[in-house]
This record gives sequence, C-alpha cells and structure tokens, in this order.
Amino acid sequence: MADRKVCILGGGMSKWGVREASIVDMAQEAAKDCFDDVPVLKKEDVDGLLFASSYCGRRSFQVNAAPVIAERIGIKPTSMCTRVDTLCAGGSSGIILATGLIKAGMADIMIVIGGEKLYTPQRWETYYSELASIDHDWDGAQGIGLPPPFFSMTAQEHMKRYGTTKEQLSAVSVKNRRNGLNNPKGHFQKAVSLEEVMASRPIAPPLGLLDCTPVTDGCAAVILTHEDKAKELSDRPLVYVRGTAQVALHSMSMNWPGEDLTDWVHLRTAAKKAYERARVSPDDIDVAQTHDCFTISEIIEMEDLGFCKKGEGGPFVESGKSDFGGKIPVNTDGGLLACGHPFGGTGIRQAREIVYQLQGRAIGQVEGAKIGLTHNLSGLNVEHTILIYGREP
Amino acid sequence: MGFENFGTVSFTTEAKAAEFITYLEQGKVMATRCPKCGVSYFPPKADCPSCLSGEVEWFEVKGKGKLATYTIVNYGPSGFENDAPYILALGEFEGGIQIMSRLSKDIAPSDIKAGMSLVVSSLKRPDGRISYEFKKG
Repeated sequence: MADRKVCILGGGMSKWGVREASIVDMAQEAAKDCFDDVPVLKKEDVDGLLFASSYCGRRSFQVNAAPVIAERIGIKPTSMCTRVDTLCAGGSSGIILATGLIKAGMADIMIVIGGEKLYTPQRWETYYSELASIDHDWDGAQGIGLPPPFFSMTAQEHMKRYGTTKEQLSAVSVKNRRNGLNNPKGHFQKAVSLEEVMASRPIAPPLGLLDCTPVTDGCAAVILTHEDKAKELSDRPLVYVRGTAQVALHSMSMNWPGEDLTDWVHLRTAAKKAYERARVSPDDIDVAQTHDCFTISEIIEMEDLGFCKKGEGGPFVESGKSDFGGKIPVNTDGGLLACGHPFGGTGIRQAREIVYQLQGRAIGQVEGAKIGLTHNLSGLNVEHTILIYGREP
Repeated sequence: MGFENFGTVSFTTEAKAAEFITYLEQGKVMATRCPKCGVSYFPPKADCPSCLSGEVEWFEVKGKGKLATYTIVNYGPSGFENDAPYILALGEFEGGIQIMSRLSKDIAPSDIKAGMSLVVSSLKRPDGRISYEFKKG
C-alpha cells in the first residue's frame, strides 16, 4: 500500500490558566472542543488516542492515563492508546507519531490530546518535581532545576556575542501578549508595554517576570486522518502534515560536550530536515508558532529556523518582522508567553492555531496563509521538534 | 552509595558513578576518560556514552578554567529556598570539560565577570552535605 497523505481536521482547547480541575477533566474539555470543531465526525469512529503529558504521573498521580482519558471521552481505540512524553514537545511528538501510524495504515482516525496539571495546591511540588525534567542526579543537586537560570545565561551570552538588547528581548513579550489579547482560551488576555516588560520583577536577570512563560494548567486536542477520510469529514480546506523532524543533541547534563548556549545546532539540523521533507524553504513559511518559553528563545529561533541571519534575531523582532504585516508573523495566538505552557499541550495548541490559520479562520488571521510551521524546544535545550503544515500535500 | 549526601538536595542514592562521591570526600573533583575512544566526561560516566565501553579511567579536574557565563538564581527550587540567592556559572576547563556549578559565596559579586579564572573544588556544606563549587582561580 502506498503511503497515505495525512491531514489535521481541526482542533480544540480547554481553557488554559490556573484551573480547579484535574488533568482528565481538562483532557475531556479539550476533546469536546475538538469534536465540536469537526461536527461530521462520529467520535466512535476514532480508532486511536495519543495523550502527551510529562507530569501526569507525578502531579496528578495518574500513570497509564491514556485509557482513563479514552473512557472519559467515550471512545474505544482499536489501533493505539498510549501516552507520550517529550516534556515541552510532547504534543508535537504525538502528532508526528499519529502521522506515521496513519500514513502506514496502522490507524485511520486519531485524536492527539496533550496537557498538564502543573499548578497544585502544594506550591512546593511545582518547584520540586520540575527538577525531574533535567539530568537530576547532577544538575538538580546544584539547583539548576527551574529553567530561568539556564535561559538567563543563554540571553547574556547572546547579548555579549551579538549585541542583543533588553529592549529586543522585551519586544517579544510585547508582541506575543498583544497577539494573545483576543484569544479567550489562553492564560492571559492582557497587553503589556515595553516599559512594563523592562521593569518587571527580576527572575534571573536579564529575564524578568514578563520574559517568562507562566505556570499553566490546560489541555489541547487535534484530530488527524488520511486524505480520503478527511475529504469525507470536512468541507474546510485540507491541511496536510508536510514534513517533520525531531533532533536531540547531547545537552542533557551539565557539560554539554562540544555545545554552545546560543548556537543551536540541533535546531538548525531539525529545520534543515523538516524543510527538506516538506520541500519548502524558510521563505515559503507564511506563519509560524515557535517556542517562546522565554523571550530570548524566540530571538534565537528566528535565526536558527532561517528567518534571519545568525545574530540578527534581536533587530528582527524589534523591527516588527515577526509581527502581523512583517516578513513572518510568529506566535499569532499569543505563544507560550500569553497562552501559558502546560508542556504536553503546547505543540497541539500550536498545531490548532496553524490549522485555523491555513483554513482562514484564525482569530488574528494572516491573510492567504498556505504554509505554516510549529516548533518546540524541550527541557534545557535538549531537543528541537518541528512540523510543517500546508494546504497542499 | 554516597549520592544520598550529595548536593543541596539529592535525587538518587545509587548510581554507578558513586566513586565520584568517595573522591569528593577526599577533596577531589573527578571526571572520567575512556581509554578506548579518548572522550572525557563531566559529570563522570561509569560507562562511556561514546563507545559504550565499561572501562573508564578517573582523573582529577585540575588547573584553571574560565568563566563562560553566569546567572543569579533569586528563586530556588524546592529544597533550595535557604540557599537563594546563589550564582550558577558555566566554567570551561582544559580538555573540553565544561562544568555547571555554583560560585563560592567568598567571591564578591562586583568581582564576577565573564572570562575570569576559576578552579573547581569540593565543598563540605555546613549541614554536612557534600558538593563542589567554583572558587577564584
């Protein structure tokens, strides 16, 4: 059997924020929103479920969560029902795996759900189990668990090497929080001024509170199927998964052998592979959702995704080239800075936004968008994951 | 054994690289080198990640390194509340060894700058726990 072409039919989200709800409650909300988005689909016809979540075993005390969620959303998977963990890229990993299963004919219609319950009544828990996301025997013992210190060093190195300024870092937060203003599903709907970001409470200088993604609860969901089934189930323009890549480099523990804080070789490798597989170049991308866990991240991503030259990410964002009307609008739904970052949910939230963009129904629409990209970095810059979507296969 | 007493908060009690702790108690910060493929590792690895050989050699991280970059941690993870604020730094040592560690509280904040000379040394904390830190080189 020839490889099948794989499409995303639609997507949904629970409300993201500080939620008095369990991980399973929020997975159900996201799935309902997603099923409502694809009304012709009978949910009983969904034959596969992937659930992307890193912390559900710890903070929700729910391991083997996929069958629990299948039961909660009233589906009985017959091809696949399992959990995926690649921390911040879990959702994207789920979409890549679902694409492969459907392409190979091992599944027909899959729902990929992802998210976390991160905000627990026991505040210490969040700041304790975070240390499990690194090489915790070593890095954890030094107290480098929480991500801001690592990205602070990255920012300082980028500032020293390329002359990037605090104003340029802040410009990312201003843009993304403005983009999130009309997104009711995100954590924050509040614009901030450059002055407010610059003056925000220092977390790990030069990063202040408004340079950082918050601690957020929430889930998102998308439905994938093969081209023929997609035509049956939807009148909307089809959105194809065109190319994917996930690249891990040996940066899990403290000595980062041969690697560098600001030169993200693994992101460039992932980008090269994804562009090749999608048969596009960076100039072909009309809209992108990249991993703005911290403002510095988006600046380096602009460079290593090939949207601007190495070292020019600061001026690129400051001059509005990554804003609506610029060279490439980035994080059009608010990104991690406005929506929050319940790890396994983020790649799926990004995919949902790209599907809406390519179908012409986004809240902040990029006119005529035909090709979109999503990107995640996971952990302390351990891994980069890219998906490229298009209106054509 | 020995890892249970390592760092501000330890997360493991059993690891094959536990010899590291024995050396640390003797005041030595050690790394491993694989004699088969020549690659060095810090943190030390009991089995070589490059060629997967189990016959690694221990060597002391001596000499002066260079501070590549650093950050002030104002909000420590759970268990580190009483340590904060503290300074984490990335040090580059001979043979491509990079170490992420705390800067000693003996170093005045005004003296800290990228490029400064560092040494890594073992640290006996007042609470009896054992770790390592950077001192002025």
